[in-house]
Amino acid sequence: MWAFLHKLGSPKEFYAITARWLTPLWLAAVALILAGGVWGLAFAPADYQQGNSFRIIYVHVPAAFLAQSIFVAMAAAGLVFMVWKIKLADMAAAMMAPLGAGMTFVALFSGAVWGVPTWGTWWQWDARLTSMLILFFLYIGVIALRGAFVSREGGARAASVLAMVGVINIPIIKFSVDWWYTLHQPASFSITEKPAMPAEMWLPLLLMVLGFYAFFIAVTLTRTRSEILRRESSKRWVRALVEEGR
Amino acid sequence: MSRADSRSTPLPEAGEPADGLAVAWRATLHRDLVLRLRRPGEVLNPLAFFALVITLFPIGISPEAPLLATIAPGLLWVAALLAALLSLDGVFRDDAEDGSLEQLLLSPQPLPVLALAKVAAHWLLTGLPLALMAPLLGVMLSLPAGSYGVLALSLALGSASLSLIGAIGAALTVGVARGGVLLSLLVLPLYIPVLIFGAGAVQSAILGGGVTAHLAILGALLAASLIFAPFAIAAALRISLNG
Amino acid sequence: MSLRLNARRLACERDDRWLFRDLDLEIRAGEILRVEGPNGSGKTTLLKILSGQLMDHEGEVLWNGIPLRRARRDFLASLLYLGHAPGVKAALTPLENLAWYQALAGEHGDEAARLAALARVGLAGFEDLPAAQLSAGQQRRVALARLELTPRPLWVLDEPFTAIDRDGVAALEARLEAHTARGGSVLVTTHHALRASTRLRRLTLGEGGGDVAR
Repeated sequence: MWAFLHKLGSPKEFYAITARWLTPLWLAAVALILAGGVWGLAFAPADYQQGNSFRIIYVHVPAAFLAQSIFVAMAAAGLVFMVWKIKLADMAAAMMAPLGAGMTFVALFSGAVWGVPTWGTWWQWDARLTSMLILFFLYIGVIALRGAFVSREGGARAASVLAMVGVINIPIIKFSVDWWYTLHQPASFSITEKPAMPAEMWLPLLLMVLGFYAFFIAVTLTRTRSEILRRESSKRWVRALVEEGR
Repeated sequence: MSRADSRSTPLPEAGEPADGLAVAWRATLHRDLVLRLRRPGEVLNPLAFFALVITLFPIGISPEAPLLATIAPGLLWVAALLAALLSLDGVFRDDAEDGSLEQLLLSPQPLPVLALAKVAAHWLLTGLPLALMAPLLGVMLSLPAGSYGVLALSLALGSASLSLIGAIGAALTVGVARGGVLLSLLVLPLYIPVLIFGAGAVQSAILGGGVTAHLAILGALLAASLIFAPFAIAAALRISLNG
Repeated sequence: MSLRLNARRLACERDDRWLFRDLDLEIRAGEILRVEGPNGSGKTTLLKILSGQLMDHEGEVLWNGIPLRRARRDFLASLLYLGHAPGVKAALTPLENLAWYQALAGEHGDEAARLAALARVGLAGFEDLPAAQLSAGQQRRVALARLELTPRPLWVLDEPFTAIDRDGVAALEARLEAHTARGGSVLVTTHHALRASTRLRRLTLGEGGGDVAR
């Protein structure tokens, strides 16, 4: 197990090993999202209170899950990079940040769209949406900090530290925003609080969530692999690979 | 040349008194306080900024006392938070430019503790004065009586956390040219919990509710910042200076 | 007094270019090691690695046989590093600057010693002026006064002669000699030609450069 992980830490080995994972991952992602999407959007029963508008949760909830998970994954990669100096972990973290920001944006946008029929407004300072918005800012900070450094190494380390500081803060932010929300607005409809769902409603949601995770892993792997080629472009094994491809 | 003869004697072994860390800590705090006080603008500008921002709101919104009174806790807290943020950029930048930050990192004393001395100096001459000045501006916003003490106390407690968290951002951006806007971008999202419980304490005092819970959480946030932030600041400083 | 700093198979890469590779070196008590090389050959980087500031390099740096990472506190307590920037606060007087540096080393320090150190670097009469009113050379001398003030066996000096006048250069050279005579050691980069001496060794950088291809 350790030997395998150690092998994965080398960009060259990682590149070779993950080549076999890509196709199954992409297939799983497409299949799960298609199945969950069609089932959820076309066949699941409408909500008795919200009607069809509830179906946006099939996008919103997986995107929100992913937005938070990616931040944690990014901080974990940052920790691995800082402690064991594995550059590959930083490449992965660098590739995750824009995807996480994108997912946060999708969650925010879908929440806003859901708000129109539900609250009659595009934006409500709902606890969940507010936390999402702050998470979005955290992502932007990490991306901006990395970009602001002249040296790649420095940017990588700084972004790792910020991601770790952020991940410690996310639960605190969430807790305080929830406190703030209950203080100021008596909970009406919140995009978070779903009453018990029947199986035909949550099963497609589960498929979507799994599909989104598969999508995240597939995208991160694919992008990390191309980042490996970019950063290691002067190494002999990459040159050999390019020659082979010709 | 009273000590010229010492050159022929062997070098003394590297040694230091047992209270070396306390000496270094006090000297760093003292040095930073002196540096700020030699340029009074650094101390007074955030206070002027605080007053100015508070002046903008009645002009921009409405001078009606009841309306101002309802939004006063939040306004005072947000304005004080921004004023404290404004002065953060210089905490490490000046030292980085003249090379003394490099020397701080080379001290045999633990860097997190020395960084804490610099943050303490920042708080003593920024956060604390802002907290003391806030009640005065509260009067101008018709803040209801009975909440002035809580306002000052919550700001004093909260701004210490703000200085600690903000110093992480300042340390991360010290190597970035014109990092001021970037600093706000990094730090403001992390300020939100402090803002919520700080402004919440004042609000609660106005409504006649208990403020102990709010202040206790502010204290807990400060304790957590005191434990974690110095290490993050130290790590960030090493990264910023040496890539 | 034990004093031995050595590096094994040191290599450092910057922007996909090797500054140096497979560098072995040793600095013992009583030696001046002068690092030479054209601009951009990695002299400052090497000094920062050897003073424990830069960590992202290959190879090992040992302090008295112990890896620098583990001997850090002991090492820093033996090191005096002067970088490109003099590290002198413009708003503080030379005396105040030195007092902080003494305290950073954990020493209480006394004013008489500080005054004497300033006098020896030719700053008598300037002790109480804000450093902002001193010239660049005088500010550099404030930093050099630390060599007099804080006894540390290992000196790492990055271009210490910058902005120093002829008398100052001679005095500093004599000071380096005296330090090594007492068993200290000096690691220095400079464009200034040092007087030949039996204690002086040279290390030339700028030949190990090249592409990163392995």
